[in-house]
Amino acid sequence: MIEMRDIWKTYPNGVMAINGMNLSVDKGEFVYVVGPSGAGKSTFIKLIYREEKPTKGKVYVDKKDLSSMKEKHVPYLRRSIGVVFQDFKLLPSLSVFENVSFALEVIEEDTAKIRQRVMRTLETVQLKNKARFKPHELSGGEQQRVAIARAIVNNPSVLIADEPTGNLDPETSWEIMNILEEVNAHGTTIVMATHNREIVNTMRKRVIAIDGGRIARDEIRGDYGYES
Amino acid sequence: MKARTLARHVREGAKNLGRNGLMTFASISAVTVMLLVVGAFLTIILNINYFTNELENDVEVRVFIDLLASEEEQDELYSNIESLNTVDSVDFVPRDEGLDDLIESLGEEGEVFESLREENPLNDVFVVQANDPHQTEQVAQQIESFDHVEMLDYGQDIVEQLFSFTNLTRIIGIALIVGLMFTAMFLIANTIKLTIIARKTEIQIMKLVGATNGFIRWPFFIEGLLLGVFGSLIPIVALVYGYEQIYQYITVSVDLSFIEMLPPYPLILQVSLIIISIGAFVGVWGSLMSVRKFLKV
Ligand SMILES: Nc1ncnc2c1ncn2[C@@H]1O[C@H](COP(=O)(O)OP(=O)(O)OP(=O)(O)O)[C@@H](O)[C@H]1O
Ligand SMILES: [Mg+2]
Repeated sequence: MIEMRDIWKTYPNGVMAINGMNLSVDKGEFVYVVGPSGAGKSTFIKLIYREEKPTKGKVYVDKKDLSSMKEKHVPYLRRSIGVVFQDFKLLPSLSVFENVSFALEVIEEDTAKIRQRVMRTLETVQLKNKARFKPHELSGGEQQRVAIARAIVNNPSVLIADEPTGNLDPETSWEIMNILEEVNAHGTTIVMATHNREIVNTMRKRVIAIDGGRIARDEIRGDYGYES
Repeated sequence: MKARTLARHVREGAKNLGRNGLMTFASISAVTVMLLVVGAFLTIILNINYFTNELENDVEVRVFIDLLASEEEQDELYSNIESLNTVDSVDFVPRDEGLDDLIESLGEEGEVFESLREENPLNDVFVVQANDPHQTEQVAQQIESFDHVEMLDYGQDIVEQLFSFTNLTRIIGIALIVGLMFTAMFLIANTIKLTIIARKTEIQIMKLVGATNGFIRWPFFIEGLLLGVFGSLIPIVALVYGYEQIYQYITVSVDLSFIEMLPPYPLILQVSLIIISIGAFVGVWGSLMSVRKFLKV
């Protein structure tokens, strides 16, 4: 599903964020990406949805070669990848429903399909009863669920999340993890960068530890590891 | 593009206008001022061109024949003039006819000249038309060198003056318009830059969920287009009312009725079309500048 071959990434300012990385993630896997601050986790995530291009090496998502992909094809790639961030990135003037349907409207999906799919997705994230609420009327956990709904409403094959629980208290973080588990159970591959030791150690999924832009550890049923 | 998508872009573009009310107002004002100048200069230049053309066709050389010239000598002069290859036509106006014209043109007051019938002081005249009105002066110089020419009269001066006036107007107009055009474009580009900044999160999400670049850009083009088109409304209204007023005034006025003006229609329609096109062009160009610079998609 995701493959990286000898990836190097140097930012224009000279920072070497990724230094020779090889890995592959199969379809349906759930992968945690851990590592100290500045290790290169976000950069790694950005390479997957082609927010950044590697300086050297090849990235494949769904067998598509991202390094040689033409700019005009990038939007179509993004339609098969859902992305979630720490800060939700919801549009404050839109309701919950509109925030989710936004993702389908801007790719010119049929109106009839939109309503149906948005409602079904809101059901998955258990926010159907708050469809008319504005983001500021929701708790942090609920806002993140809206963001997840927006990321999965188009049935992406991969969902990537960069510290999705970073702004949430432990209890709410677990709510989010339950939803991500359910999404994963339906076949969506999930890659999640996190600093949340408790979650990683409890869930016992594949853990890729990054340090200094290299893979320090890659374990099938790993734990968070070192002290942070 | 689907009709629904276009409707969305127009809606979003119109919404953008409301986002930075003050900048929107400034942009539309700048476009308005620019297009007022465009409209004014365009109508002036078109009218001067028209007037000059009308005058040019009237440009002729009046050759006053020596009073002492015999009939043979007049014939000789005639064939000399006619053989010039710059000359289109030569008409003979005998002095009696000249006097008739004079008396007629003066109306009541002309009657005092009736007494001159016996002792007509006028010359016989050849009225010479050049092939090309611009050659009138050259033709006059050639004729001047012939025998039995007492005097020459031609209206070249006024035409030359009009020509240089048109050129000056054109240069001033173009310089002014180009300057104002860049001001308007700059303001539009800035307005759109502000919109782009205001919609940063929205644009980021659109990119994230896979909206195409074209889809993201469209509302900004529409916004620019609307700024340009709204800016052309006042100039068009001013043109429609203003031109009719001036046209009426000049046609009716005794002192100015010698000025030949282009009739209001189709001129007003043509100039309006040009105004709205320039407005739209400046608007879209302004947004293009901003979109290319600030909308990294
Ligand atoms: N856009 C950028 N331009 C230049 N340098 C960058 C950019 N983004 C990240 N970096 C640098 O690259 C390195 C890796 O950053 P990255 O954001 O990938 O780390 P991270 O593992 O996500 O850290 P954190 O846990 O704090 O989020 C850091 O040194 C960072 O300063
Ligand atoms: Mg990070």
